[in-house]
Amino acid sequence: MRRNPLAILAILALIALAAAIGFMTIGARGSWSFILSFRGTKLLGMVLVGYAIALSTVLFQTITNNRILTPSIMGFDALYGLLQTLLVLVFGAAFISGLDARLLFLIEVTVMMGFSLILFRLLFSGALKSLHLLMLAGVVLGILFRSLSGFLQRIIDPNDFLVLQDRLFASFNSIDSQLLGVSFLLVGLVSAIAWRIGHSFDVMALGRETAISLGVDHQRQTLVILLLVSVLVCVSTALVGPATFFGLLVANLAYIIMPTAKHRHVIPAACLLAIITLVGGQTLLERVFAFNTALSIIIEFAGGLFFILFLLRGAIR
Amino acid sequence: MIEIRDVSKTYGSTVVVDGVSLTLPKGGLTAIIGPNGAGKSTLLSMVARLLPMDSGQVMVDGLDVARTPGDALARRLAFLRQDNHMVARLTVRDLVTFGRYPYSRGRPTREDQGHVERALGYLGLSDLSERYLDELSGGQRQRAFVAMVLCQDTDYMLFDEPLNNLDIRHAVGMMKLLKGAAKDFAKTVVVVLHDINFASCYADHIVVMRDGKLFLQGTPDDIVRPEILSSIYATDFAVHDLDGHRIATYFT
Ligand SMILES: Nc1ncnc2c1ncn2[C@@H]1O[C@H](COP(=O)(O)OP(=O)(O)OP(=O)(O)O)[C@@H](O)[C@H]1O
Ligand SMILES: [Mg+2]
Repeated sequence: MRRNPLAILAILALIALAAAIGFMTIGARGSWSFILSFRGTKLLGMVLVGYAIALSTVLFQTITNNRILTPSIMGFDALYGLLQTLLVLVFGAAFISGLDARLLFLIEVTVMMGFSLILFRLLFSGALKSLHLLMLAGVVLGILFRSLSGFLQRIIDPNDFLVLQDRLFASFNSIDSQLLGVSFLLVGLVSAIAWRIGHSFDVMALGRETAISLGVDHQRQTLVILLLVSVLVCVSTALVGPATFFGLLVANLAYIIMPTAKHRHVIPAACLLAIITLVGGQTLLERVFAFNTALSIIIEFAGGLFFILFLLRGAIR
Repeated sequence: MIEIRDVSKTYGSTVVVDGVSLTLPKGGLTAIIGPNGAGKSTLLSMVARLLPMDSGQVMVDGLDVARTPGDALARRLAFLRQDNHMVARLTVRDLVTFGRYPYSRGRPTREDQGHVERALGYLGLSDLSERYLDELSGGQRQRAFVAMVLCQDTDYMLFDEPLNNLDIRHAVGMMKLLKGAAKDFAKTVVVVLHDINFASCYADHIVVMRDGKLFLQGTPDDIVRPEILSSIYATDFAVHDLDGHRIATYFT
């Protein structure tokens, strides 16, 4: 008997719901209205980020036909790191911490979107002939950004450096509630477009030649999806910091547990898994074990182990 | 009608398709033969708009393949490539259902399901339809890809070496199927073949390519002759008349 995808999705949704309820209620003391709004915004933030990371990773892997790539290969994470380093170096940590979160968010999203638009212009103008070259350009620029940040971090004031280091680690539970509205708007817009062109995702996953044979305008579709991915990555990175390894983890888990590769099954599964991991992990960490370690560190660690295990078992193709 | 007008393709300084002009009439089975590296696959890829041509033009039913919207062309022309590789984990039925995408945009109707079942049946895959592609033998997988192309139900069907990996029974079955499609359903079928005797027995028209150029074309009677085959393949041939077919032997 083959597993039923809808049943699996229902189970995942139930677990996600349980995690959310757990997050909202466990250890709650005092005024409910305060708890609901305080924890509620945190919960919304984690759901949004989990969704954005999962969706962007699956879509990126679809257009690249490669299941061990994440959008970070285009240099987004490195650019984010360089931007933070520059800001702290030029203005000082105190100034950055005091800055309006919305302004900072705007700066981050603008810089990262600007960067991806430059990359895509190269692709579109024909200077870069293929997606692979585009990725290669991203990789090289990423290395450049990283070395620049590394150099700048050496000449930064040590106290500022501590603040900077903190900003460079993804932290899922300190999302600024002021940024939620605009983030929801952006992610909602991306989702609406993704929904409209969603019928072509499965065909795109078959590879360029088959997609063209079946009548999909492969180049245009690649560009549109790439744009959607970069919006999602910019939003999630600006909200929590670089966390794309997490996307790799949930996307591959989704491929493994879903019996089909259809996007209408894999995308919801990856999003639910992301939400479960973030919300469930945060609940366990904060409420049950009263740990103050950043969840991202544990995710990277456990995710790394998981990934090596599955590579060894050959489950990831 | 497929009209190929002075089409060329160059990689670096190597010309791999050199000014080929060719008209394939509507209906009938055309076999393209020629040695390895003659440019057969390259030519078909350009006809199927998978590869941009450096010069020239291809018209299918009067539509320029370089300009016609992809989805309109996908309802007119289907192409099986020589090598097929999939990253996604698909069952045979999933794959064949993709052949209906140009019509149903991923939401197959009852009619689409009918096409899928028929294609699976034609290629003897009904029992294997729920298997994943990576659980099939080479020949079974090849048949699954052919079923997908058939399912696309286009007037023009191009197959690059469809007999790859097939045993004798399935190779004969495949050629009968393609011939039947050409005869009974007025499809235009173009097949790249290496087995000269299949071309001789089934093709209405044989096109020979050599060194990127159109070398010769004609009926099997014109082409399957010892001196002509020798000039194509640089191998000694003998040709026999057996049961009304011209059969070439070249084994010794
Ligand atoms: N991407 C490429 N870059 C450079 N040369 C290429 C490329 N693709 C094909 N060629 C060359 O073009 C020539 C024609 O190749 P093609 O695949 O069309 O041959 P073919 O007639 O299909 O041969 P076969 O019978 O072996 O399939 C070959 O010499 C090949 O080496
Ligand atoms: Mg070939």
